[in-house]
Amino acid sequence: MLTINKLNFSYGDLKVLWDIDLQVNEGEIVTVVGANGAGKSTTLKNISHLVRPTSGTITFNGQNLHGLESHQVVERGIVQVPEGRKIFPEMTVLENLRMGSYIQSARKDREANVERVFGMFPRLKEREKQLGGTMSGGEQQMLAIARGLMANPKLLLMDEPSLGLSPLFVKIIFEIIQEINRQGVTILLVEQNVFQSLKIAHRAYVLETGRVVLSGTGADLLDDEHVKKAFLGM
Amino acid sequence: MILFLQSLISGILIGGVYALIGIGLTIIFGVMRVINFAHGDIMMVGMYMTYFLFTLFGIDPFVSVLITIPMMFIFGGIMQKLFINRILGSLPQNQILLTIGLGLIMSNSAMLAFTSDYKILTTSYSSSSYRLAGLSISKPLAISFLITVAITAILYWFLMRTDTGQAIRATAQDREAAQLMGINVKRMSVLAFGIGSAMAGTAGALISPTYYIFPQVGSAFTLKAFVITVLGGMGSIVGATLGGVIIGVVESMGAAYISSDWKDVVVFTIFLLVLLIKPSGLMGTSRT
Repeated sequence: MLTINKLNFSYGDLKVLWDIDLQVNEGEIVTVVGANGAGKSTTLKNISHLVRPTSGTITFNGQNLHGLESHQVVERGIVQVPEGRKIFPEMTVLENLRMGSYIQSARKDREANVERVFGMFPRLKEREKQLGGTMSGGEQQMLAIARGLMANPKLLLMDEPSLGLSPLFVKIIFEIIQEINRQGVTILLVEQNVFQSLKIAHRAYVLETGRVVLSGTGADLLDDEHVKKAFLGM
Repeated sequence: MILFLQSLISGILIGGVYALIGIGLTIIFGVMRVINFAHGDIMMVGMYMTYFLFTLFGIDPFVSVLITIPMMFIFGGIMQKLFINRILGSLPQNQILLTIGLGLIMSNSAMLAFTSDYKILTTSYSSSSYRLAGLSISKPLAISFLITVAITAILYWFLMRTDTGQAIRATAQDREAAQLMGINVKRMSVLAFGIGSAMAGTAGALISPTYYIFPQVGSAFTLKAFVITVLGGMGSIVGATLGGVIIGVVESMGAAYISSDWKDVVVFTIFLLVLLIKPSGLMGTSRT
């Protein structure tokens, strides 16, 4: 579905990504794990075209994304739930959701999708008139995911959805990710919570200082000595 | 008491037009974080447009806003596309230089084309007024105030209720998140500059029956627009509306009770006092 081939990226003189090869197949949960600064978020930003790759190709369903603007990437069905949630602070929950279905193809399903995400996140329904900026971190993360689903994504990119959340919310978020995947959405998940994300992932990549150093099924990587030592403290 | 009410009403009426100028500047700033130092000059273009529509075609200034609004919208949109879009995200001083430069080009082109002579647009009602319980209310100012209220209401509805309006607000609140929603933020910037220019141009049209029209008229209004938006809180439309009315009333009171030479001093004193107490402006939220 998504194929990244020899992706290189630099912020000015600082090279951040080195020859990244990454594959996401339809229906999978694929996770990219790694330490802070390994280039995980940068990889997602390259896919969403918030930044432009220095070299390499990103193809989605056989089409090269090269030259597309960010909003055109969204129109192709690649939707990102960004790190730090990035809720529109001075808009209500409902307005935030409406913005999630801004693209033409999602507008006709807007009402149905609002009902659907309210079904998944009853707490959002209780707060539909509340301003996004006044909600707790966990609620904002729910809203960010719900907002992402409003666009009818084919591929959902999730950047550190569990970051900064209480253990209870972390559990809820990982259950939600699996639920979304069961509904037919392919997921590329970037996480620092290595244990949880490897547990739910079909396949995974380990990124270290901008390079893919390991890849395999989630279960394999959970057993891998290097992963255990570097990320799981075992 | 009559003097007080009289200057209060005059202040509110002229404040409505100030609000329009301020709203234009605040929308542009909100969406792009660019301070448009050409704002008053764009207003000047609106004034000349109104003047020539009146003198050449006999179109009443208050009717001509129907032409001025779309023309100024296109004018602003083109300016955004050609110039401002290129400097988004660059250093603030470059943005300032660019907008100041655009303003200078506009005012000097106007001087070249129309000379620096003051022009006066005199309508049959320019100096007539309504009388109400011993108060006199200037007819052109009253009409322009009503038009201002209508335009502000429509704009507010557009920004709050339509998809495009909400997308403009979303872009102002978080540009990157807006991109991830599939919003074409460059297009929103063009719309925002178009709307801002249309507001400034309309303000120019509305004051042209009561104000001298000359190429340098813009600079005073750029400063005024800046004071209004900072007073109200940068990026806040409600704040700009409030700021415009406050500045209008303060000016008018200052002129009535102190002297018209001192009205700007009164305005800036109030401005500084508000900022001392609430540095982010009346309706502003502090930005990190």
